[in-house]
Amino acid sequence: MGTEKILEVQNLRKVYNDVIAVDGVSFDIRAGEIVGLLGPNGAGKTTTIDMILGIVEPSGGSIRVFGKDFARHRSEILSRVNFSAVYAHLPGNTTVRQNLTIFALLYGVSRIRERIAALLKEFNIEKFARVRTGFLSSGEQSRVHMAKAMLNEPRLLLMDEPTASIDPSDSAIIREKIKAYAAGAGAGVLWTSHDMYEIEEVCDRVLFISHGKILLEGNPRELPAAYGKKNLEELFIAVAREPLSLARL
Amino acid sequence: MNSLKRIFAIFWRQMLLLKGNPFRPLNLFYFSALELFLWGVLSVYLDRVAGSDLNFAALILGTVIMSSFMSRVVFGVSASFLEDVWTRNFINLFSSPLSLQEYILGFVAVSIVESSVSLGFIALLAWILLSYSIFTFGLLLIPFAAVLFVFGLAVGILATAVVLRFGPSAEMVVWSIPPLLAPFSAVFYPLAALPLFLQRISFFIPATHVFEGMRAVVRTGTMDMRELVVGFVLAVLYCIAAYFFLYRSYRSVLRRGTFARFATE
Repeated sequence: MGTEKILEVQNLRKVYNDVIAVDGVSFDIRAGEIVGLLGPNGAGKTTTIDMILGIVEPSGGSIRVFGKDFARHRSEILSRVNFSAVYAHLPGNTTVRQNLTIFALLYGVSRIRERIAALLKEFNIEKFARVRTGFLSSGEQSRVHMAKAMLNEPRLLLMDEPTASIDPSDSAIIREKIKAYAAGAGAGVLWTSHDMYEIEEVCDRVLFISHGKILLEGNPRELPAAYGKKNLEELFIAVAREPLSLARL
Repeated sequence: MNSLKRIFAIFWRQMLLLKGNPFRPLNLFYFSALELFLWGVLSVYLDRVAGSDLNFAALILGTVIMSSFMSRVVFGVSASFLEDVWTRNFINLFSSPLSLQEYILGFVAVSIVESSVSLGFIALLAWILLSYSIFTFGLLLIPFAAVLFVFGLAVGILATAVVLRFGPSAEMVVWSIPPLLAPFSAVFYPLAALPLFLQRISFFIPATHVFEGMRAVVRTGTMDMRELVVGFVLAVLYCIAAYFFLYRSYRSVLRRGTFARFATE
């Protein structure tokens, strides 16, 4: 893991009318590091990711990516960032290859044909290249979205439950690919999941978020014992049910 | 260079959609052809029963053809935008380096292609079926088309901004604006046929100046070029205002965080 800070989030806040979705979140991700963002539904994980992606405007705080202020260098930064999310699919009325070509153009990818051919092979979706994306199963569509997420060889990869609709075999393959990619390319990865086994296997560090605040932070293999829990799943349940008691520890 | 690639990506996606389904290209011609046929037959009938020197066909068909051209420009922007609403594509698009300006310029390119193809087809149809040539206007067709194109963009961008601001339930705005403008922009009858208070409103519609100009050319062989200048200035001002409103709508969506759940708005 490198020392270069890929992402720096400082005191990030998002308030919708009188509802505080994200409340002063601060963290960073270093080159080659995979950070898990964990928390119950509605904790503020997706809002945090959406703010880093620039599709939700923060109410306060700052986001710096590759050392640059996101608000001032949006387009330049996003050309080296990408994401995959369980709720985001590519348009169903164009084929897999057409979708990948369009997004390759949007991300300024060079040698598009070769890059797409490599990704179709890597994510085992070659046979779907000429199929309209909407005809694919949700697991196949997730793999296509993963391929889209890797198009521009991002230095910051945001993964919002990327394997939620993928079978265990393909999930394992994707986890291995992302781990190898982060280590090889020196990319930072922010990963959310409700699968604690996956988090333990993939993440170097986890952040537990509840009611928009980060409550705990640490190594996913050491953190449960530090809070008197058997495993990460027990710790997750405790965060979800009794966040205040954990915050006091 | 990358900016041009992004504009091309937005344009290319719409072209792929046109190519991918036989009913989509039909949309470019169907309503324009239907309108041309309806007004063509009506004007031939009126010419026959009126028996005067007034040439109804020449007075109406030109404005009908150019009005359908303007509608195609509007839909080139607004219907293309709706494709991204229907396919819930905003998260993918706006988490990429794509800017709002590039997104809209991609739709402008779509409008240029779709409206040119549609105009060419309808002009050919009018010539074959009704022996009417839009090219009798000569070089004046260029400023006529320019004013209608810029105004069509303004209307398309405005409709897009309304849907972006108020959500997919405002989609009917996209389809209803061009037919709503027609009665007030002197497409089918001269401005003088409208009540005085409506004539004042019509003055502020750039298309009115084009259609009045076309009628003047048919009747007298010439037109007051100031009409075209007024129309063009108004169209440019509306285009700037519409883009400003679109930008405000975009900022509002970012603040409210509705890109992620746009379809439920």
